[in-house]
Amino acid sequence: MSNSLLHPSPPPYSDREQHSVANHLGMWTFLATEILFFGGLFACYSVYRWFSPEAFAVGSAHLEFWIGTVNTGVLLTSSLSMAFADLVVKTNSRRAVQWCLIATWLLGALFVALKFYEYYLVTREHHVPGAHFHFEGAYAPQVELFMFLYFAMTGLHAAHMLFGLGAIAWLLRLNYRGRLSAEHDAPVAMVALYWHYVDCVWLFLYPLLYLAR
Amino acid sequence: MSTIATAPEPAPAPRSAVPNYLESDHTVSSWLLTLDHKRIGLLYLFSITFFFTIAAVAAALMRIELLTPAGDLVSSETYNRLFTIHGVLMVWFFLIPSIPTVLGNFVIPLMIGARDVAFPRLNLASWYLFITGGLFTLYSILAGGVDTGWTFYTPYSSTYSNSHVMAMAAGVFVAGFSSIATGLNFIVTIHKLRAPGLTWGRLPLFIWSMYATSIILVLATPVLAITLLLVVLERVFGVGVFDPKIGGDPLLFQHLFWFYSHPAVYIMILPGMGVVSETIAAFARKPVFGYKVVAGSSLAIAALGFLVWGHHMFVSSQSVFAGVVFSLLSFLVSVPSAVKVFSWTATLHRGSISFETPLLYALGFIGLFTIGGLTGVMLATLPIDVHVTDTYFVIAHFHYVMVGGMVMAYMGGIHYWWPKISGRLYHEWTARIAALITFVGFNLTFFPQFILGYAGMPRRYHVYPQEFQALNVLSTAGASILGLGYLMPLLYLTWSFFRGRRAGPNPWGATGLEWQTASPAPEHNFEETPVVTTGPYAYDQVAGSQSIPS
Repeated sequence: MSNSLLHPSPPPYSDREQHSVANHLGMWTFLATEILFFGGLFACYSVYRWFSPEAFAVGSAHLEFWIGTVNTGVLLTSSLSMAFADLVVKTNSRRAVQWCLIATWLLGALFVALKFYEYYLVTREHHVPGAHFHFEGAYAPQVELFMFLYFAMTGLHAAHMLFGLGAIAWLLRLNYRGRLSAEHDAPVAMVALYWHYVDCVWLFLYPLLYLAR
Repeated sequence: MSTIATAPEPAPAPRSAVPNYLESDHTVSSWLLTLDHKRIGLLYLFSITFFFTIAAVAAALMRIELLTPAGDLVSSETYNRLFTIHGVLMVWFFLIPSIPTVLGNFVIPLMIGARDVAFPRLNLASWYLFITGGLFTLYSILAGGVDTGWTFYTPYSSTYSNSHVMAMAAGVFVAGFSSIATGLNFIVTIHKLRAPGLTWGRLPLFIWSMYATSIILVLATPVLAITLLLVVLERVFGVGVFDPKIGGDPLLFQHLFWFYSHPAVYIMILPGMGVVSETIAAFARKPVFGYKVVAGSSLAIAALGFLVWGHHMFVSSQSVFAGVVFSLLSFLVSVPSAVKVFSWTATLHRGSISFETPLLYALGFIGLFTIGGLTGVMLATLPIDVHVTDTYFVIAHFHYVMVGGMVMAYMGGIHYWWPKISGRLYHEWTARIAALITFVGFNLTFFPQFILGYAGMPRRYHVYPQEFQALNVLSTAGASILGLGYLMPLLYLTWSFFRGRRAGPNPWGATGLEWQTASPAPEHNFEETPVVTTGPYAYDQVAGSQSIPS
């Protein structure tokens, strides 16, 4: 299709159906990789939680519970609007696709903003691991370890969110130029799969970090 | 099985109207921006040969240092940096990419009758990621090197080492994503782009082994990536998850590292097994004995590979119970490995064998891999492992598998598919002699190391007691011969690329779709999509008794 204009080597597909299933399998394989990527961090979390459960409860109590909870709702809602985008693109309704994507983007941005606000609050409390870490109370070293895991896990997740926001902006651009349609819906399906995956990661992070009292 | 569309008969001469992939365009950008899997395979060939050379020079310097018991050529600091360069470059910039990125990229689409891999742009991106990772690593070497060993064990790598760990870890991290991209591409390609009629049961065994390899690439590499990221974060912030000061556990690093790095060993050996299956069948003129079992054993090795990482940590204070379980699971890996060796042997049995160069390498593989594998069983045994941990016995064991196994298979594969890659034939006798020199040089280098290790010579030291000198001199002498064995193909293959005799589409009279198209392959691989009607290796015994045109 469009590739053949860009490069002499044509895409290796014989028809659109084959292309579509290949795209899906590729995306799912990528998500399998991503699961193992986060999996290393989840393994670290599990081991250290087992080592010092009390410190993890203390550390968890010092996070902003309301931010974590609100963010969970925000992100789940963004997945809903993303799912709608994936549905309405099949009806060739450019306007509806646009609003669904904008809603998803805004909710995602709200999530990231709240997350960074929480980082700011943690920084103000001197709970950032490293030379300036300061914590009054028992288990201070292990709380520092918990905070390190908190930053590593949510930081990696936030990086994925930012990448997703970029991908949705790209979809909006495609849609604006009329490049999304029922025949050409693969970009939406791919980004949606990714977005739902990032959402799922948060559904594990939220209880592990905020509810583990 | 006997009537076939893929019969080893001379295919029609290439039509001059269709340019082959080498001639289609000569500009530099047509290479650097190519989406053609064949050209990307060649880009990888040049790149990994470059990294192999640097790593080999590091090894040569180590072997020269070890000629004498005293440390007279390099200091211990330099020696540490040398074995780290050797390990990091050989593992991540040669062995892991070797067969998958060069031969896999080149022949997988040809073997399954596809026009390209599933995601050509991702394929090109993977090469750029690989080069970026390589540049980070080269920078780290030029800036002074790293002294942690290729395993980056914490807390040394995260806290105490004063060398350029971050740049090298970043290099390996980036190269890891190149591996993931390649694995992902192969999985989708093998699932979705097979020619009509090419069912799973008809796939060549090289495809099966690449499929198993790709699964490991996709599932194990991200764990290495996150682990190295954590080490880098710990170095940057001075605090991290492996830091004992805050209750972290440096041993957790070893668990995560080997969760990747043991499966990585199978990333390195499985593709080699695939090449051996192809060449044994082609030069014994017989279908591979027990096709389904050999294909299944690749998947079994991939699956079991994820369950045995603890055998690298027998002396690391992990619990005795864990040690026993990991020991038993490690024994299990020997079953599918042995299945393969027996199948190859049975394939050779009563075959019409012709000792062309690729077969010589394959036979070398079988013998050396068997020694490497059996000593692996010894090392999986707890008491023996405790005795020889961190000695040259371990070095010899994994070099028998990695160099004796994988590099032999890589060389065999390069020779086997060279006519398809270059369209030319190398000089057969020169190549046979080089294969023989490699085999002799290899054994002379590494067999003495088994004895040295068993006698107690520890790895990673640049000095040693007087009584180990004789065997070390032997080993260094062997390394020089081995070096010659690697230099020769570099020269005569390069020569043949420009001056060799024209190969024709199918110089070996082999089955397989890749031999159905012209040599070098046309830009789009096949003029018409081939249709497959039979299983692989449908060699006709009568046709096979004819000698191979050479």
